[in-house]
Amino acid sequence: MNAGVQFYEPQPDSGTPVRQSEVQIQLRIDGQSVTVTEGTSVMAAAYAAGVRVPKLCATDSLEPFGSCRVCMVKIAGRRGYVASCTTPVSEGMEVSTHDEDLTRLRRGVMELYVSDHPLDCLTCPTNGDCELQSVAGEVGLREVRYGFRGENHLQLPKDTSNPYFTFDSSKCIACSRCVRACEETQGSFALTMEGRGFNSRISTGRDSSFLDSDCVSCGACVAVCPTATLTENSIIDQGIPEHSVITTCAYCGVGCAFRAEVRGQQVVRMSPWKEGQANEGHACVKGRFAFGYATHPDRITEPMIREAIDQPWQVVTWEQAFSFASSRLKSIQAEHGRNSVGAISSSRCTNEEVWLVQKLVRTGFGNNNIDTCARVCHSPTGYGLKQTLGESAGTQDFASVASADVIVVMGANPTEAHPVFGSRLKRRLREGARLIVIDPRQIELVGAPHVSADQHLALRPGTNVALMNALAHTIVSEGLHDQAFIDARCDNVAFEEWLEFIRQSENSAEATEIHTGVPAEKLRSAARLYATAGNAAIYYGLGVTEHSQGSTTVMAIANLAMLTGNIGRPGVGVNPLRGQNNVQGSCDMGSFPHELPGYRSVADDDVRGEFEAAWGAVLDGEPGLRIPNMFEQALSGQFRGLYCQGEDIAQSDPNTQHVEAALAAMDCVIVQDLFLNETAKFAHVFLPGASFLEKEGTFTNAERRISPVRKAMEPLSGKADWQATLGLAQALGCEWHYDKPEDIMREISALTPTFAGVSYDKLAQQGSIQWPCYDQAHEGTPIMHEQHFSHGMGRFIPTVYQATTERCNKRFPLILTTGRILSQYNVGAQTRRTANSAWHAEDVLEIHPSDAEERGIRSGDWVGIRSRIGETVLHAKISERVQPGVVYTTFHHPVSGANVITTDNADWATSCPEYKVTAVQVTAVVKPSAWQQRQQEIDDLQKRLLPEAPCE
Amino acid sequence: MFRIHVPADTTANAVGADAVFKEFERILGEGDLPITVGRSGSRGAFWLEPLVEVECGQDRLAFGPVTPDDVESIVAALLARVDHPLSLGPVGALSWLAEQKRVTFARIGEGDPLDLELYQRLQGFAGLRRAITLPRQAIVDDVLASGLRGRGGAAFPTGVKWQTVLDAQAQQKYIVCNADEGDSGTFADRLLMEADPYQLIEGMIIAGIAVGADRGYIYLRSEYPRAYQVLTQALSRCRQAGFLGETVLQSEYAFDIEVRLGAGAYICGEETALLNSLEGRRGVVRAKPPLPAIEGLFGQPTVVNNVLTLAAISSVLALGGEAYAALGVGPSKGTVAIQLSGNVQRGGLVEIPFGTTLRSVIDKWGGGTRSGRPLRAVQVGGPLGAYLHVDQLDTPVTYEALADAGGMLGHGGLVLFDDTVDMAQQARFAMHFCAEESCGKCTPCRIGAVRGREILDRVSHQEAADEDLILLRDLCDTMEQASLCAMGGLTPLPVRSALEHFSEDFVRANEPAGVVAGTQS
Repeated sequence: MNAGVQFYEPQPDSGTPVRQSEVQIQLRIDGQSVTVTEGTSVMAAAYAAGVRVPKLCATDSLEPFGSCRVCMVKIAGRRGYVASCTTPVSEGMEVSTHDEDLTRLRRGVMELYVSDHPLDCLTCPTNGDCELQSVAGEVGLREVRYGFRGENHLQLPKDTSNPYFTFDSSKCIACSRCVRACEETQGSFALTMEGRGFNSRISTGRDSSFLDSDCVSCGACVAVCPTATLTENSIIDQGIPEHSVITTCAYCGVGCAFRAEVRGQQVVRMSPWKEGQANEGHACVKGRFAFGYATHPDRITEPMIREAIDQPWQVVTWEQAFSFASSRLKSIQAEHGRNSVGAISSSRCTNEEVWLVQKLVRTGFGNNNIDTCARVCHSPTGYGLKQTLGESAGTQDFASVASADVIVVMGANPTEAHPVFGSRLKRRLREGARLIVIDPRQIELVGAPHVSADQHLALRPGTNVALMNALAHTIVSEGLHDQAFIDARCDNVAFEEWLEFIRQSENSAEATEIHTGVPAEKLRSAARLYATAGNAAIYYGLGVTEHSQGSTTVMAIANLAMLTGNIGRPGVGVNPLRGQNNVQGSCDMGSFPHELPGYRSVADDDVRGEFEAAWGAVLDGEPGLRIPNMFEQALSGQFRGLYCQGEDIAQSDPNTQHVEAALAAMDCVIVQDLFLNETAKFAHVFLPGASFLEKEGTFTNAERRISPVRKAMEPLSGKADWQATLGLAQALGCEWHYDKPEDIMREISALTPTFAGVSYDKLAQQGSIQWPCYDQAHEGTPIMHEQHFSHGMGRFIPTVYQATTERCNKRFPLILTTGRILSQYNVGAQTRRTANSAWHAEDVLEIHPSDAEERGIRSGDWVGIRSRIGETVLHAKISERVQPGVVYTTFHHPVSGANVITTDNADWATSCPEYKVTAVQVTAVVKPSAWQQRQQEIDDLQKRLLPEAPCE
Repeated sequence: MFRIHVPADTTANAVGADAVFKEFERILGEGDLPITVGRSGSRGAFWLEPLVEVECGQDRLAFGPVTPDDVESIVAALLARVDHPLSLGPVGALSWLAEQKRVTFARIGEGDPLDLELYQRLQGFAGLRRAITLPRQAIVDDVLASGLRGRGGAAFPTGVKWQTVLDAQAQQKYIVCNADEGDSGTFADRLLMEADPYQLIEGMIIAGIAVGADRGYIYLRSEYPRAYQVLTQALSRCRQAGFLGETVLQSEYAFDIEVRLGAGAYICGEETALLNSLEGRRGVVRAKPPLPAIEGLFGQPTVVNNVLTLAAISSVLALGGEAYAALGVGPSKGTVAIQLSGNVQRGGLVEIPFGTTLRSVIDKWGGGTRSGRPLRAVQVGGPLGAYLHVDQLDTPVTYEALADAGGMLGHGGLVLFDDTVDMAQQARFAMHFCAEESCGKCTPCRIGAVRGREILDRVSHQEAADEDLILLRDLCDTMEQASLCAMGGLTPLPVRSALEHFSEDFVRANEPAGVVAGTQS
């Protein structure tokens, strides 16, 4: 494996999937002996022996199909010829892959193919990267005796509806790879073969284009197409790549490995890397296609400063920006004390960059005022799992889902928000695993092609804890728990205490029904299914954490897994689906006011001593401020300076008006970002950020997988983010010396026991490493808690249900809950600057037909959504995906102002905002809200203050 | 007292049996006559249809072909006990029937096909009753001993297939009957299903018991509405009578059967495409392996057998495998159901032991061409079968001898052509048929058939160059050796045989007019 830069060539392809088997088979291919697992195809065995058999319909991500017939081989003792892709090996088999007869036969097939294929190779977009062309060369096709006057498909029109790729049916060889990829890899079933015989043509359904169809634009079909039939528009426009770099996607917490395929400094294609363990060669519309934001004209590439936020920006050098920022911070601290400044690190930046930001706060600012955007998403996961299982992380790798027999998806929408994992999940469901969905809304998994939920527990938002308690109560009362596991692995005193709690009748399915709205019998069935169907795995998302009892629900999930012994082996576990690419990493790297890297308390003198020795500084033993406390203290005048790296708090944090007021009250806001985001409108210093394509480092995904990020193009601003932080630190007087991110990783592994064995060399060698990785010899930990829990015995914790204070009443009769959509990512800063807006140009409010009818609302109407905090206006979409009494929206567009209405309510343990429950009223209106009009005005003004106003 | 039987068979109806029956009803309804009339199955002597039979005590007299105009006089002759011009004498004495060796088709035409009593009176369910008493392996052993080979065309040893399914470990197994009889010039499956449906059902139940399957499907082509009707009613009666359902004849075995209709695709007669279609998928061929016997319907071990194979199972179990094997020659055991059609005097179903020559079948039963002109070619085994030259007719009807002659027995269809046939057109038809019916999955068949048709069009438009015939032969090689299934793989058979035995039909362009064979009388 060469993980660095290499000249472009197609990724290796053994033709058929790897087969797992204990049995080894020995055979001979062209006289050469080779040993492979039972079930392996002759084609893959030949590949293992270093023999390439021509192929067109076979590719190793798909089950063999046997349609192209160019892979025919001879097997001693068998009559005629056999297709090597569909023929499994057998012991002692003697295979010939190349002789005169086979060449003649393959040439005969190729002659037929080419008789219905345009002869425009020189001007074809995939010239030089086309399998049809290669095979024609391999078999020595020199003429097409059929001529080109016969029946053909050469005049078929192109479908250019998809913004990222073109479907040119005239070049199609009907190999069905795209159809099969859509089914087997992606699980969307959007493509089919229409017609039969010579009229067989790929179709997206009757009279529909790619854009109008069920296609989710994951690009799996484009990736497997052996011709130019499905081609990325970037390749059509710019040509095939010249070199490639293995790197890691910067969108969601799946953390897909990609090959950035490049011409000079221009990324022309992002191809999911087949060896990437998180994604195994698959990708989604964001990771594969939506990388154009990196070179969008809105990018700000020069440092800027200004005295006050109503003044125009001034372009300055990096040194001037550092000096301006550091002197402001110093004078704030001189006047208002050490604790008057702080920083927010980013879950989108690399581990190395986050490390430097928290180190800057601890050694440069001299306090612990460091927090991260994980505060507003998965902080309850960190807390809840640490308390129960002993480690602030999910227990499994993604591959584990392939061994699950029953899968619980709770408060997560994998097919939209974690699409590549969603595809893995769907594949397992198609293989027969059972599914329980716990979600107020009817997410796609409840009923999708060839997938459906056995149980959909459509609970009322805010009642997660009641529901989880009822599941546990049912399991205990019906004796379905795994006492042997509990005895062997869990703290017995804690368990007994918990048992006494859970047995209380208030936790029964019948008693909780009034809170959750889930019928008792349905809940009991789900509990039985979870406890008895074999390997049970729970996957959850922000629908669990972003509640006033977020941490409690996380603990209830862990309790349930321990109760049934579903911990410590493949196919089971507790699996938080992390929102952003490096949420796990930013938490691991100590972005918490109370914890140093590796989740170790700042109050622990020994731990602090280690860092003090290494860093040559005295560290504060008092916890610092969380993000919401920073805002409060800003408004009260105690907190006056903020360094905010790669997070748009003005858009993403709840109660926008409160956040904006806090930002406006500060003396020095330093924003480091790709774009002039909402927060930057309140900034005094703007440090241009670098996209993931422009820097080196590592990201850690939801399965604790540390994966390398590698530079595909030079930073547009001249500095990667770690270099900017380094410059700021040096200006503040820190004596830091790092030549490259690898130097930072050395420091991380030296100071963080769970990272002790992590190194760039090992990453290059293994591709990625799942922490804990204790030493150089350790390869990492795909599955946690196999023998014992991180803190010894698993700890059950009672989880008393307490209803949120955010209640519906006559004035606010509906509950607003929020979520995400496939094509957009988070606050949309990246995806809104790509063609992904073709699928989701604005956020809309989903409302149940009965609620809509009551209010005289039709689809497409403007509706005002008013909470106790604020009001915004969106277009309505009537939908039965939401239950009566619940409305739903996404928050990808700043103008939507979803967080203008969300409240200050938060998780009791971690202050994670209660985004998922806001009591609202919805009414038909005629125009956007006052906030939205003001927001538009501020937006216009701030753009005018830019040196060269970019247009959005 | 007379009982009149008028066949309700599709072919008989096509030549007026319905009208004849209605006329009998009308006339018999007018008076209080000692004559009743009912519908029966056909005996397969289609050249005599509508063949009316009159049951009178032990005697059974045949009349035919009968038109509605003849009905009144037949009734009168019966009442008067005098001879009638259409009288053929006792049906058992008709040499066309008597000289056959009817085993699978022994019961057809005897009476109402749905009469369960009659079926059992004629040894029906004897095989099943015996099978129930045997261990599974013993049933399969009997089938192995019978030497029965798949009658659908592929001629795979049935017992070997069953053994594979029996040995496969699975919670669920299936029996699938391939009743998608799509070959031109074949009708044996239909005839059997319309005239003796219980025999097929019996064979399927035995198969289910033998391999451990409790569910069967009959995949029937939609062009057989009459067979659908008969089968549906037969299944319902079998359920009522306890032959199908939770327990078969109060045994430990459960078995039930469902009829599923095809949608008009020839390729769905190919077993894997059939399974796809049964599953509700696109009717395209699956690559083998896995064999359907290991991973068939819904991925489970599945016996897929033709109608005649499953029907023959009833006889195998009733007679015993050895007795069945005693019929036939060499590895071609038992009887063969030859279907005579095309330009033939006496078309119909001829069941005889394997080993008789084609010439004797054609002479003895076929009676030469219908046109009276010299016979020029015989296509054996359906649209993908070879065209044999009159000089090759001494070939015995066995799987082996026909293969040696460059052909194949297929499903047993014989289509006769006289000397006016243009064999280049017939070769074109083979390619055209393949182009029309190809599922489109594999390249040699999908594109090859179209290119083959184009070459043969050039031949018939006298535009073909010498290289075209070389290209055509090369194309035949590619299709034969590289196609995924027998559709593309066998299409070269009729084309090559036409080229080989009737080359004069392909060389018009450069030849002076008048010497071209097939255009002279």
